Parts: sequence; C-alpha cells; structure tokens
Amino acid sequence: MARVVVDVMPKPEILDPQGQAVARALPRLGFSGVSDVRQGKHFELEVDDSVDDATLAKIAEGFLSNPVVEDFVVRRVES
Amino acid sequence: MRIGAVTFPGTLDDSDTLRAITAAGGEAVALWHGDADLRGVDAVILPGGFSYGDYLRAGAIARFAPVMGEVVDAARKGMPVLGICNGFQVLCEAGLLPGALLRNAGLHFVCRDQWLRVENNTTAWSSRYEQGAEIIIPIKNMDGRYTADAETVAELEGEGRVVFRYVGANPNGSLDDIAGISDPSGRIVGLMPHPEHAIDALTGPSDDGLGIFLSLLDAVVTA
Repeated sequence: MARVVVDVMPKPEILDPQGQAVARALPRLGFSGVSDVRQGKHFELEVDDSVDDATLAKIAEGFLSNPVVEDFVVRRVES
Repeated sequence: MRIGAVTFPGTLDDSDTLRAITAAGGEAVALWHGDADLRGVDAVILPGGFSYGDYLRAGAIARFAPVMGEVVDAARKGMPVLGICNGFQVLCEAGLLPGALLRNAGLHFVCRDQWLRVENNTTAWSSRYEQGAEIIIPIKNMDGRYTADAETVAELEGEGRVVFRYVGANPNGSLDDIAGISDPSGRIVGLMPHPEHAIDALTGPSDDGLGIFLSLLDAVVTA
C-alpha cells in the first residue's frame, strides 16, 4: 500500500471567486501581507502497489479533475 | 414522439420536465440513471437538480451513470439531447458540449426570473422562437458560470453556437453572457435557466419556456 496525493487547482487563467473571497477576508481578520489566494482540492488515496503511475494519471485527469478548467499534480508520499 | 427525461440521484426537475414534454404534445418517458436503456425514445432531456449532491464537481459523477453511455452513443448518432442546469453541467463533463460550469462569480446561489435572448433559432431546441426574441424563464443555480478557453468561445461565437444569452445583468459571471450553447449540429443543447418551469403563466413567470419543447417536437417530426 502507498499513499498517493492528488492536488487539483483551477488553471491560472480561471477566475477563482472562492480564493478571492478568502484573500479579501484575511485583512479584515487582522492578517496582512497575503496578496493572493487560490483554492483547490486535495485528495489522499490509499493504493495497492500494483497501481501504476499511468493509472493514477488517468484517475486524476479523467475523474478527480476537469482538464478544461483545472490542473492536477499526482505525488506518491510515505504512508 | 417519445421524449425521455433522466432521473439521477439528486435530480429535482424531472417531474416538471416530464410535464413540459406532455404539455408540448410529446409522450413523456421517465428514464433511470441505473438502466443502460433509453426505452426507444426519440430525444433525451437531462433535467436540473444536484445529481450525486454535486460531489466532486457538478455533473462529474452523473456522467458515469449507466444511462449516460447510451445517451452519449445516441447523441453521437444524432439523437437530440437537451441539458438543463445540472443537465448542462453533465453534458459538459461528458464531453458532448465544450467548456465547463463553475461556481457563480458572486458565490451566491442565484434564484430569479431571468431575461434571455435567443441568439440562434436554427437548433433542434430553439426553432419555435424568433431570432433575437427575448424570453423570461427562471434561473436557479450555484454553479452557472460558463467558462471555456478563448479559442473555444471564439469558435462558439463564430459558428453561432451561443443559443441563449443573458440580457441585463449577468447573473453568474458567464463568459460573453453565455446562458446556453449547442454542439456543431445544433441537436445537442445545454442551458442553465429552466424552460420547464416556465410553460404556464399560472406557475411560472411566463410560458416562454414551452417553445423549447415545441421546437424539439418539430425537429423530431421533420427528421
């Protein structure tokens, strides 16, 4: 078994109103110096060793993300 | 004339859609997400709602339902398909229409009567309207902001595939005020507002939505 992390983020050119709302809230909460926030999704998958990188890429590209508007990064991490 | 409306878990507007089909003179056929069977229909409508709770992304899980394999095959062979609201999101996720629908720019759920302009009255789902007609039907969604890359939007605009456009204030930040689009053939159409909620002045802001269902019946008769 291994842990695989998939991070999905809106593409840079896609408007992210949720991230903007968070960024605008920070000064009101007394936190200064944060100029931008982008909000995405973080998935943690427990996978058998038999699952290869190509399969993980298919899962990330075909289901966990929408490649029209999102980018993804797949990482294997220590479990 | 058998027109199907699909029910997914979390679909809300299947009953109104079936009612609108009947009001237009079609035979309304209920289709089930778990059955890979279109029951001999001549056209399919994917109604609005929150299929699978909008988990992951709106429409992302519904597109893998058994019935969707049949819908995609039939659509590719020319069967007219309409996606309303969540149905539009499903069609985009399934790759039958380009682009994606993202969280409303204002981050609020928008529910109101919305003016639209009919920009293309040559599709299977819009022929009963005058070109440029302005109609008022309800809109109600959280993820209605139409988004696509600049090349795709230019292609949609250049080929007249923006079928419906918001008039007045843009409710959700959609690119180019896009409310609804079609595939190149004009047989597959998706729109965010809800024509099935506007088929009778007693229960909606107008009966302007009925034209979509009447258009489809014309298209199937002449096909």
